[in-house]
Amino acid sequence: MHESRPRDAIVVGLGSPDRRDDAAGLEAVRLLAPLVPPDVRVAALPGRETELLDLWTGAPLAVVIDAVLSGAAPGTVHRLDGFIDALPGSPPHPSSHDLGLPDIVELGRALGRLPARLLILGIEAGTVAHGPGLSPPVRIGVERAVRIALAEVATARSPSPA
Amino acid sequence: MAERPGRSDRRTRTIRIDGLARVEGHGSVYVRVEGGRVVEAQLRLFEPPRLFEALLRGRDFSEAPDITARICGICPVAYQMSACRAMEDACGVSVDEPVRELRRLLYCGEWIESHALHIYLLHAPDFLGYEDGIAMARQHPDAVRRGLDLKKLGNEIVTLLGGREIHPVNVRVGGFFHLPAPDALAALGERVLRARDAALDTVRWVAAFEVPDAELDCELVALRHPDRYPMYEGRPASTAGLDIEPSEFEAHVTEDQADYTHALQARIAERGAYLTGPLARYALNAERLSPVALEAAREARLGPECRNPHRSIVVRAVEVVHACEEALRILASYEPPARPAVSVEPREAMGYGCTEAPRGLLYHRYDLGKDGAIRAARIIPPTSQNQRVIEEDLRATVQRSLALPRAELEHACERVVRSYDPCISCATHFLRLEIDEP
Repeated sequence: MHESRPRDAIVVGLGSPDRRDDAAGLEAVRLLAPLVPPDVRVAALPGRETELLDLWTGAPLAVVIDAVLSGAAPGTVHRLDGFIDALPGSPPHPSSHDLGLPDIVELGRALGRLPARLLILGIEAGTVAHGPGLSPPVRIGVERAVRIALAEVATARSPSPA
Repeated sequence: MAERPGRSDRRTRTIRIDGLARVEGHGSVYVRVEGGRVVEAQLRLFEPPRLFEALLRGRDFSEAPDITARICGICPVAYQMSACRAMEDACGVSVDEPVRELRRLLYCGEWIESHALHIYLLHAPDFLGYEDGIAMARQHPDAVRRGLDLKKLGNEIVTLLGGREIHPVNVRVGGFFHLPAPDALAALGERVLRARDAALDTVRWVAAFEVPDAELDCELVALRHPDRYPMYEGRPASTAGLDIEPSEFEAHVTEDQADYTHALQARIAERGAYLTGPLARYALNAERLSPVALEAAREARLGPECRNPHRSIVVRAVEVVHACEEALRILASYEPPARPAVSVEPREAMGYGCTEAPRGLLYHRYDLGKDGAIRAARIIPPTSQNQRVIEEDLRATVQRSLALPRAELEHACERVVRSYDPCISCATHFLRLEIDEP
């Protein structure tokens, strides 16, 4: 398990490694991990979304990167404030297999297990068919999401102006 | 749900719940009432067929644990354990006892994780009057935190032994690929102890729930072992006197297809519908619970047998206590095995494996060629075995609740299904293809 250091920012990738572009969030944190300062935590949670509640509680900033399907062009990076924007993808009949990010945010709110700020970077998927490998536009989207996440983390770590 | 009025005594009423919430996978309920009598009750499991048995044909015997683990994201360990036991049976191999202990520990992790999830997020909201676990968490945050912490501990045990918590990769026919680091196991003990206390609090919490009256009179089927509460081992047994070897299972259990569901429905050939799962395990093995779990069951007034499916939540909670106790026992006496696995040479043979998944008895049978290729596979998951009893319960529940308003009747049906913790994804692995030729 990850050691809990709630004063650090955290970047988390979600998704499935076996469903093509659904792995976009996992690939993003793989690329990002060597680029962040050592006090920033990076985690990949394929299919383990409830663990977010432990990882992000008390963090000043949590950046969650995941694939989304909204009809936009593949590779588009959607930038959402997890506490303000309506999050897509909440299933109509939630089960344990389907506890999605919106449910996790709601559960975290009910339990007092949230970060101070939650940024969600949704990378528009082109295909979520079975198999490995991102499609080319999504690979570009992943690189864009990594740059955004790095900038956000750097801002969060900067000392506040007096 | 649609209601079609007619003359009062000949009225046809149809209850249809198209998307069951808080169950694993996708299914629906259909009940038809004519002239004040329930004439049809169907649990329709429409998750797409999985075809795993066909997929296994031609694959090497060593691949079965990893392939079948993919059937379920909630109980992959159960599939790996039943597959390993069946392959080791076919190949005439006996696994070293210290390795068996580690497999039991792995299975404890899955029981804790799966039961905690069902108790807290899927089932408890029914008793406390909430739409879902998230709504319940707003009013009962401490309870839900306790449930999530238990689930996390279960996940950690599976990760430590299995390499990762969903679809573990460290299990192999003959044992494990790698042994866990002794210091990692030692570090687990203190946390399992705390989890055991949380599990005892869970029993007290659910034992106080107000529970609908219900009494199943069906046969209860579970593994039974002379010394252990069944999980990794035992003989299939029942409250009607069944006591057989795993290899005799298909001589007593038959499966049929109904045209409205993607899952086969099992029955005891001689007697009919039966139930497997926590109520059956408890009825056949209560005295083999750990002393602490047995005492928790007594305090919860479960009695020697519990036949109310709505009280299965209490039995699950007792089983979480037992799984924690079993994990503590294994950790306290742990000596690293001399080797992570015994070598297994395939041979032409049939192999049979039965273990207890959180939801009930999980049967695997494989027919191996002499090169180790799988010639045929048969998997009978717990939800297929429980479907008929769920339908009988739906029928009885609707019959005695016909006076209820529509929404309450619908809710009562959903509660019935959820009390059995069905795993629809596991059950729907069959498709019959019929070609109509002129």
